[in-house]
Amino acid sequence: MTALLRTEGVRKAYGGVHALDSCTVEVEEGSVAGLIGPNGSGKTTLFNVITGYAKADEGHVYLGDRPITNVAPDRVFALGIGRTFQLTRIFASLTVLENMLVASPNGRAAARRRAMEQLEFVGIAGHHAALAGTLSYGQRKLLELAYVLVADPAVILLDEPAGGVNLSLVNTIADRIRELNASGKTFLIVEHNMEFVMGLCDRVTVLDSGAVVAAGPPAIIRTDRRVLNAYLGEDLAEDDPHPGQQSVEQP
Amino acid sequence: MMASAKMTSARMTSVSTPRGAAAVGLVILAVAVIAFPLLFSSPVVTNYAVYALIFVAVASAWNLFSGFSGYISLGQAVFFGSGAYAVGIAAKDWHITGTGVFALLPLAAAVGAVIAVPFGLVALRVRRHTFIVITIAVFFIFQLMAFNLNSFTGGTIGMSAPFLPWSPTTFNDRFYYITLACAVATVVIAVLTRRSRSGLQLRAIRDDEDRARGLGVRAMRVKLTAFVLSAAITGLVGGVWFLYLTQVLPQSGFDPLFDLSLVLMAFLGGLGTISGPVIGALIIEPGQLYLTIRYTNGYLSEILLGALFLLIVLFMPRGIVPTAGEWIRRLQSRGRPAVPAAAAPAQQASDAPAREARR
Repeated sequence: MTALLRTEGVRKAYGGVHALDSCTVEVEEGSVAGLIGPNGSGKTTLFNVITGYAKADEGHVYLGDRPITNVAPDRVFALGIGRTFQLTRIFASLTVLENMLVASPNGRAAARRRAMEQLEFVGIAGHHAALAGTLSYGQRKLLELAYVLVADPAVILLDEPAGGVNLSLVNTIADRIRELNASGKTFLIVEHNMEFVMGLCDRVTVLDSGAVVAAGPPAIIRTDRRVLNAYLGEDLAEDDPHPGQQSVEQP
Repeated sequence: MMASAKMTSARMTSVSTPRGAAAVGLVILAVAVIAFPLLFSSPVVTNYAVYALIFVAVASAWNLFSGFSGYISLGQAVFFGSGAYAVGIAAKDWHITGTGVFALLPLAAAVGAVIAVPFGLVALRVRRHTFIVITIAVFFIFQLMAFNLNSFTGGTIGMSAPFLPWSPTTFNDRFYYITLACAVATVVIAVLTRRSRSGLQLRAIRDDEDRARGLGVRAMRVKLTAFVLSAAITGLVGGVWFLYLTQVLPQSGFDPLFDLSLVLMAFLGGLGTISGPVIGALIIEPGQLYLTIRYTNGYLSEILLGALFLLIVLFMPRGIVPTAGEWIRRLQSRGRPAVPAAAAPAQQASDAPAREARR
């Protein structure tokens, strides 16, 4: 397996705060990779640096062998990296179908056909004529996933896809990710829902204070003491009799 | 079978009736607009109509960029005045007289477009309030240039248009049809832009520019193209306005009230809609002219304009067209079930997660 997406020694500071500190992350082609860490650990900043929304102070980002460090977001998307946001960002005054067509690189008829296919795939095709601003939060999450898929990106970055949605929708989203992954899509997922991450990801990278503290298969990460320290604090982690069962959402 | 046929027929009627009514309405409107100077031959009335059509064109052109993209420009007079001056200067320097001056209108459009490129490259790097401030600053730079570049613009004396060898009785009528052509062409361009991929991307930029960029929208290119197109149309109409008025002065060509009027027209009718700026211009421009002519106090129309703007922002922030559309939809849906019976189970299933998420 080769790394399709790679960051090398990325640093990013906002004033005196180091959001990312020599951050090196690899996402293998065809894999579902997870990126976890406590709030403020730099996960979303890393997404922003990869997708061109924030400029790296140091370090490099590669898509395959192509350097894409500090490339503009539209170019990053054109190169094959699509992303969703922690708080959904849809075009509220456009219809659901129009939202899909914004990202479409195809001609009108082909674009509509593909857009409707993707809407059916995520299960909101029935709402295609509705204004996107009228969708519920969960439906917006699905719409965001759908319009990222329209341009058929090679790598999809999902920022808390299961955040704020109910269990059945979480399962739906997980199923769609599995299907897309089976068709060859590569994923990097930021998520606080550990069940979701551990059940879905082939490899998990843990960030703390902008630095990678651990990386490996979910089974190892689940019991890694550095990870537990990052989430729970050293003392609590040592007292915990069932570290693997601990919910990281409540440190 | 019978029931199915009836349903199909009912569905076809419900689809074809509004379209048929719209087509009939459009034909009646076209006939009325074309016959207007024949029905109302008074130069006073046709003068109102010419100004109204000029503003239909420029308000639609303004809306084509600012309404669709959400970038509220207060520098559109830069293109309007430059178009007027371009025709005046070219006619004077190239000794063009008579109806030949109309051949200079493409030049007015080109001048507007050429100015818009560096203007846009600077101003479109920033957003919201900063963008508005930059457009105002550029506007004042151009007004000051018009005042001070005496050898070029005539300074405070301004420029006069070449004499048009038209009978005074047909002068307004001819300009009525010229401005009508400009207005119709601009509305058609606005419709085509809105329906195009660029139009969709402009509206996406209005909602969330950063998100649009993350979906591959080359925001600067899309915005600049619309800005230049809007400027070209405004420049051309500025040239027509100059030939109609036969004179341009720095304070009339580069008039700050011009931009405020455009904004008000678009807001009154419905920002970002096609018909909104048209309706706004048809209401505001004749009203403004009437007040200016009827009352000697030149500030009265401006005071009322400001008051109207406040009222719109407070009570009808979306404008006439979207608000009226909402009322019509509410009336149409009154008494109907929220979800059609056949679609209800599927809808419920699809909404189940939504209901969960809302809790």
